[in-house]
Amino acid sequence: MGKVGKFQEIVDAFGPHLHDEPKGGWSANREIEAIVPTHCPYCAVQCGMNLLVEKGSVVGVEPRYDFPVNEGRLCPKGVTAYLQTHHPDRLHYPLIKRKGMFERATWEEALNLIVSKFKESQEKHGKDSIGVYSGSSLTTEKTYLMGKFARAGLGTRYIDYNGRLCMVSAAAGNNKAFGVDRAANPWSDIPFADVLMIAGANCAETFPVLNKFLWEQRDNGGVWIVIDPRETPTARQGDLHLQLKPGTDVALANGILNVIVNEGLIDEEFIRTRTNDWEATKQIILKYTPEVAAGITGVPAEKIVKAGKVYGRAKTGMILHARGIEHHSHGVNNVLSYINIVLATGKIGSRGRGYGTITGQGNGQGGREHGQKADQLPGQRSMLNPEHRKHICGIWGLPEEELPQAGVSVVEMFDKMREGEIRTLLSLCNNVMVSLPDTNKVRESLESLDFYVHIDFFMSESARYADVVLPGTSWCEDEGVTTNGEGRVLKINKAIEPPAEAKPDWWIIREIAHRMGRGKYFGFQTPRDLFEEIRVTSKGGTADYAGITWERIEKENGVFWPCPCEDKPGTERLFEERFYHPDGRAKFHGFEFAPAAETPDDEYPLIFTSGRIVHQYLSGNQTRRIGFLVKQCPEPYVEIHPDTAARYGITDGERVRVRSRRGSGEFPALVVKTIRPDTIFIPYHWGETQAANQITNPVLDPISKIPEYKACAAQIEKLSGERSVVTQITQSEVVK
Amino acid sequence: MKETFFIDPQRCIGCRSCVAACRECSTHKGYSMIYVDYIDRGESTATMPTVCMHCTEPTCALVCPADAIKVNEDGVVMSALKPRCLDCRNCVNACPFGVPKYNSEMHLQMKCDMCYDRTSEGLKPMCASVCPTGALSFGTYEQIVPLRRTKPVNAHVFGNQKVETKVYLMLPTDDTEVSIGCGVFEGRVTAQNERESWMEAQVEESNKSNEF
Ligand code: SF4
Ligand code: SF4
Ligand code: SF4
Repeated sequence: MGKVGKFQEIVDAFGPHLHDEPKGGWSANREIEAIVPTHCPYCAVQCGMNLLVEKGSVVGVEPRYDFPVNEGRLCPKGVTAYLQTHHPDRLHYPLIKRKGMFERATWEEALNLIVSKFKESQEKHGKDSIGVYSGSSLTTEKTYLMGKFARAGLGTRYIDYNGRLCMVSAAAGNNKAFGVDRAANPWSDIPFADVLMIAGANCAETFPVLNKFLWEQRDNGGVWIVIDPRETPTARQGDLHLQLKPGTDVALANGILNVIVNEGLIDEEFIRTRTNDWEATKQIILKYTPEVAAGITGVPAEKIVKAGKVYGRAKTGMILHARGIEHHSHGVNNVLSYINIVLATGKIGSRGRGYGTITGQGNGQGGREHGQKADQLPGQRSMLNPEHRKHICGIWGLPEEELPQAGVSVVEMFDKMREGEIRTLLSLCNNVMVSLPDTNKVRESLESLDFYVHIDFFMSESARYADVVLPGTSWCEDEGVTTNGEGRVLKINKAIEPPAEAKPDWWIIREIAHRMGRGKYFGFQTPRDLFEEIRVTSKGGTADYAGITWERIEKENGVFWPCPCEDKPGTERLFEERFYHPDGRAKFHGFEFAPAAETPDDEYPLIFTSGRIVHQYLSGNQTRRIGFLVKQCPEPYVEIHPDTAARYGITDGERVRVRSRRGSGEFPALVVKTIRPDTIFIPYHWGETQAANQITNPVLDPISKIPEYKACAAQIEKLSGERSVVTQITQSEVVK
Repeated sequence: MKETFFIDPQRCIGCRSCVAACRECSTHKGYSMIYVDYIDRGESTATMPTVCMHCTEPTCALVCPADAIKVNEDGVVMSALKPRCLDCRNCVNACPFGVPKYNSEMHLQMKCDMCYDRTSEGLKPMCASVCPTGALSFGTYEQIVPLRRTKPVNAHVFGNQKVETKVYLMLPTDDTEVSIGCGVFEGRVTAQNERESWMEAQVEESNKSNEF
């Protein structure tokens, strides 16, 4: 069980294959019968788009100008997203693996097998022998359902979600500093900031349409300070680029704040009336002079001084950050160190003054609000809080003693599979064989399972290891809400029916729950019933949705939470008067710099870092099948500085082996001056031998449990003679 | 039609959303008429979108022996007319911007026609609609000038040839023409230091339109 089986036959049958035309080909004479307004399935900008429907198929996309976030704009993933819907790789029937190959099964057969295996596992090894691993590209209704299903349906403590690999450091930092986990401002505040500090966020490629707001700020005369080890398109376009050594953010943030303190640019009144713990933090900050910070980070001291003066002197300013500072074994400390700058200058709580994290996954925000996190209950309540547990059990009608305790994070769950504590896995819309660090260990975890069920609408690198694969639906075959990166709850609309025998994920989960004899907790008939339950369970919690209705969302183009009442608007901007800690104050947290868990040495002399490119989304399970996107960047590559390349005798396009203590892979070299000489970079969207995560270090941040994707020690080796195909299209050509 | 393209290479992030969107336009059936190039990937991530500049006196049309390339009353230079196009590729070689491409499947020169099917009906071209950054935008001169700090320029000098275009390039300088060889992009590289000193003054003064 849990073995990949006939690998090549599975790949041949289920892809990824490239597909690049709307159903019926590129026809000039379309008979469009419906134009369905909805949102992009990918990143958390959640751009509005209109889907064109012809004869029950989505055949194209038109810009949607009425949605204020994107006003018609879309990145290439958004433009081509509709090509998923009738893709030949789509899973159409339940599949059961027999003799190493997936065979078509009926729903009855597949569900009965799952339920008997689940029951057997729990009878033999206890309730916690089943693990549930969920996603954040799902609607909020589904993410809520997954949390409830694990706890009330299976009674297992082991559930987590793939936002754990994404923005949990930001979430933990926000909770510690502000008492709530949500961006502080709507993005429409960005154009009013005199200065933007963008830390570890390549907004250009990961969040393309946010650039609309960033450039409005520039057009208003604002400036950008960009903090990134690479000269990304965002850094290139910025006014000041601090090209730090990966993993040194605490030192840099402390250095910037040191300048602000020494220049007398802190907001004493704000610190006195609205925050706690400044003095202790200040004592730490004072040690990080620009010279000290420069020594650790590799950023020239003058640039640190300039960044401090520019941010400190500006009347308004915002800090935006993303995975670049969060994907570290000190990710939470990094986040809190930048928040210190926000709080010390009082730049929060009004238009143009604020803070936010750039959320990677479409519903990264909504997916971490209603209880699919290992330690969380609906409404951003805590599994560890007896009052919260009682409250939710009361609403669900679940005896309190039946509600399991908090579980563990996903990397730890995968450790428990290898240790034999988790024997069965139910996994929904995620792809651990690409997305988790140290993929060789992940493979061992999957192979050690007794039984593995995967729900998705394409066969992913991970699903290949499953015993049963169930066909779910793509985003425009179902409806529900998502919450974008600014905290705006949006409505995803259904444009077409699912293909063949594919079923909505909520239907599948409900069926399993009923067959497990837990039907009384899962009486809902539609996603709307689930949303109504979220309104009730989240009421009074931090993430309060009680006043939000689907109709309101449509009418108001999204509603910001918290929104406790139907007759009052949602909350666009947080912290105008108070923070969410009981005393209404925000909290400083000062940290000394600590290096990454693994730093370069003689054997592994380079720092390896990973990240994204604009043409792919997360593990690539959806985007690596869209011909247009793949043609823009057909394979991963390793960025190497020309000085480093020269040291190893490597020229552009030559194949290189990149190795760490975990594993190695071969990649063509992209020799570019846009990276630091001590650092190499590989985009992570590919699997198997092309996976960047063969190399990364699975060490976790102790608080958020996010893995350290952004810094580990690595070596490179020239592979003689072999050259690669061009890794990026650099010449004009007719693209079809 | 007073609306036209404004191209701001400084903002381009190389996402090729414009390229993907161009394929969605039904007149050229899945082919894209816009190109995005890295300037020099070894040096920088800078990219540049290329659309037809819709020259006032289009070289492509002037050199066409079959008179297949028409300019309509809105100043939009159309793709070659299929019955007339001779496959000679004169236009491909002559265009100073390197715009027209020869489609060997269709035996036809094809190029950006400013989405005439859309723009003549008041819609924006797909490419400029979707461009996330505003590197490619569509509107009137009067609309764009107050929104931007860069300056629209539509005169281009290629050696001895001076070309005026319906489409504008947005430049961060006071130049009134683009002179190829004088380094539009060299300017970008040297401007980094200037921008840094400019930046502090900018923030200190804070005399901006968005004050409140
Ligand atoms: S991926 Fe993000 S930026 Fe691109 S279209 Fe979708 S929501 Fe918009
Ligand atoms: S840019 Fe080239 S193709 Fe376009 S009108 Fe001018 S000469 Fe013709
Ligand atoms: S869509 Fe805009 S930013 Fe993207 S490549 Fe085209 S012009 Fe550049």
